[in-house]
Amino acid sequence: MKDMGAEQQYIDLFEQCAQLIDSGSAPSLNAPRRRAMQAFAAQGFPTLRQEEARYTDVPALFAPDYGLNLRRTLVPTSAAEVFQCEVPNMSTQLYLVVNDIFHSASPAAAQQLPDGVLAGSLKDMALSHPALVEKYYGRLADPGSDALTALNTAYCQDGFFIYVPRGVRVPRVQQLVNLNHAGADLMSHRRLLIILEDGAGLSLLSCDHSLDEHQFLTTQICEIYVGRGASFDLYELEETHHLTRRCSNVYLRQQADSRVLLDSLTLHNGISRNRVHATLEGPGADLALMGMAISDKQQHVDNLTFIDHRAPRCSSRELYKYVLEGEATGAFAGKILVRPGAQQTDAQQTNKNLCMTRTARMYSQPQLEIYADDVKCSHGSSTGRLDENALFYMQTRGIAPQEARLLLMSAFVADVIGQVRIPALADRLRHLVELRFRGEMEKCRGCKMCK
Amino acid sequence: MLEIKNLHASIHGKEILKGIDLTVKPGEVHAIMGPNGSGKSTLSNVLVGHPAYQVTQGSATFYGKDLLALSPEDRSHEGLFLSFQYPVEIPGVSMTNFMRAAINEHRKYHQLPPLNASEFLKLMKEKRAIVELDNKLANRSVNEGFSGGEKKRNEIFQMAMLEPRLSILDETDSGLDIDALRIVAEGVNKLKRPDTSVIVITHYQRLLDYIRPDIVHVLYKGRIVKTEGPELALKLEKQGYDWIKEEIGE
Repeated sequence: MKDMGAEQQYIDLFEQCAQLIDSGSAPSLNAPRRRAMQAFAAQGFPTLRQEEARYTDVPALFAPDYGLNLRRTLVPTSAAEVFQCEVPNMSTQLYLVVNDIFHSASPAAAQQLPDGVLAGSLKDMALSHPALVEKYYGRLADPGSDALTALNTAYCQDGFFIYVPRGVRVPRVQQLVNLNHAGADLMSHRRLLIILEDGAGLSLLSCDHSLDEHQFLTTQICEIYVGRGASFDLYELEETHHLTRRCSNVYLRQQADSRVLLDSLTLHNGISRNRVHATLEGPGADLALMGMAISDKQQHVDNLTFIDHRAPRCSSRELYKYVLEGEATGAFAGKILVRPGAQQTDAQQTNKNLCMTRTARMYSQPQLEIYADDVKCSHGSSTGRLDENALFYMQTRGIAPQEARLLLMSAFVADVIGQVRIPALADRLRHLVELRFRGEMEKCRGCKMCK
Repeated sequence: MLEIKNLHASIHGKEILKGIDLTVKPGEVHAIMGPNGSGKSTLSNVLVGHPAYQVTQGSATFYGKDLLALSPEDRSHEGLFLSFQYPVEIPGVSMTNFMRAAINEHRKYHQLPPLNASEFLKLMKEKRAIVELDNKLANRSVNEGFSGGEKKRNEIFQMAMLEPRLSILDETDSGLDIDALRIVAEGVNKLKRPDTSVIVITHYQRLLDYIRPDIVHVLYKGRIVKTEGPELALKLEKQGYDWIKEEIGE
C-alpha cells in the first residue's frame, strides 16, 4: 500500500469541506470534483522515481501546511493600482485574479471586446453560460492522467475564462495579472479556460506576481482549445519570489491549420514546475513552444513538455533556454511523439543552457518518438559556459567583464525574446531581462510588468 | 608612448617571448615580421592582456603607465587597440549594441557623458564610410557570418570608432584579397594622425606597400633580432629569413 503522507491532508480536507468548496463555486465546476479527488487518491503525488517528476520533488512541495481560502474571503487588493499601470506603449485589457479568485476586469473591458467574446471569471461564466463551460471544462485536463490536475480539479473554485467565437479576432492584447496576495502562507488552485473557435484570433499575456513575504503554492491548470485556422498567442511571465511554488499544467488542443505560440518566461521565482501537453489534432497545425528561465540562488525551474503529433503536415518548433547562476537548478524534459499517420511532420526541439557558476545544475532530457516514416524531426541540447574568447574580445574593446557578461547573457536569450510577436512586450522583456541580469530584480514588488 | 623592456612571457608553462625590447614613439609606424612561431601573435596578445599568457619577466609601459598592471579594458581605455588575426564571432550581440557599450565605457573612463542615440548613430555612419562597411553588416551580430574580408574591415571600423593612440594590426592582411587589402590599408592610413602609432604584424611585404613603416623589426624565437628601416621588409620578401638565421649564428 502506498504511503499517503503528503496526500492525506488533502484527502481529509476534501472530505470535510467538499460542500463548502461547492458552495463557493458553480455546478459546472463542482460536477467533476469527487471523481477528481478519487483519481488523486488513487495516483498520489508523482515521486522522484517517476519519469515525469524526476527533477522536482512534488510531494515535498505539498507537505507543508498551507492555508486554503475555501470560504472565498476577499483579500483587500487595490485593483486601481494594478490597472493604472500598463506595459509602456502597449494597450491591453486587464483582468486581475487574486490567488484563485477572479477579482475584476479593467473598466469598460467588456464593452471594448468584439461582439460575442466572453471574458472574465470562470465561476461567473459557469453560472451564466453553463452549457458552454461544460462543453470544454475538464475535457483536456484529465484527472486520471496527472495527480496535480486531479487535485486542482477537486479544489478549484474559480479562475479566468475567455471565449472567442468563430471568425472573431480580438484586436487588443488581453492581460491577465495573477497575484499571490495574503496575510499568511497560502495554497491556491487556479484554473484557466481558453476557447478559440474556428478562425478566431487572440493574444493573451498572463503575469504571475507574489506581493507578500509568505509561502505561496499555486496549482494552475490551463485548458486551451484552438479551432480550425485560429491563431492564439500565450505569454506566461513569472516574476514572483523565492517563497513561491508554482505547479502549472497547460493542456492545448489544436485543430487543422491553426497557429499557436506558447511562451513561458520565468524571470524570478522560487520553485516552478511547468508542464505543457500539446496535441496537434488537425492537419497543418503549427505550434511554437518557447521558454526562457533565468535563475540564481536556489531557484528551481522545471519545464516538462509533450507535443503529440497526431495529424499529417503539422509543424512544431520548440526552443527553451536557461541561464543559471548561483546554486540554481534547471530541468528540461521535452518529448515529441509522432504518431502513425502523422506524415510530413516537421518537428524541431532545441534546448540550450548557460551555467554561469560551477554550483548551478542543469538537467536536459530531449526525447523523440517517431512512428511515421516521412517526417523531418530534430532535437538538440547543449549546456555550457559563456564563451571566454568573446568575453576577452569585448574586454579589448574597453567593455568591462561584468558588462560583457551582461551583453552575452542577453544575447543568449535574444532569440527567445525575438519570438514575441508584440513589439512593445519584446522591448519590455529585454529591459526586464537586463534588470534581472544586473541583479536589480531581487524580489517581486508588485507588477513590474506594468510599473 | 610604448616602451617594452626585456619582456618574457609564456603560455601553459612554455616560454614564447624571451626578452623583447621595443620602443614606439608617437607618430611612428613599426612593422614586426618573422617566421611562423616566432612569437608575433604572442606579443600582441600579451600587450592587450590575454589571460592565457603569463608575463614572467620584464616590463611594458604605455605613456608612463605600467601597461601590464592594467586590465584589458583599461588598456583599451588608455588607447591601445588590437586588430585581431581571428576576430571573434559573438552571436546575438548586434554590432550596434557592442559598439555602443564600448564607446560609452571609453567615455565613462574619460569622465565624459554617454553619447545619445542620434550622436552615436551619426558616429557609426561616419566611421563606417572609412572602411566602406555595409550598413547591413552593422546591423548584424558581431562578426557572425561575416566573410574573412568583412571581419578585417570590421576590425578597422572598430579602430575608427575607438580612436586608439596605438593600434596593433595582427596579420590583418591574412585572408584578404587585393581589393579588401586596399580598403583596409586605406582605412588605417585615413585614421593615422601625427600623434598616433601603428604596429603592423605581418608575414608579407604587400601590406607594407600600403601602410609604409618607418621601422621594421624581425622577431625570431621570441626575440627581436634585427631592426632596420623599411628596406628590410623588401629584403625579407626577396630573400626569406635564412640569411638572418645565419647572421645570428644558426
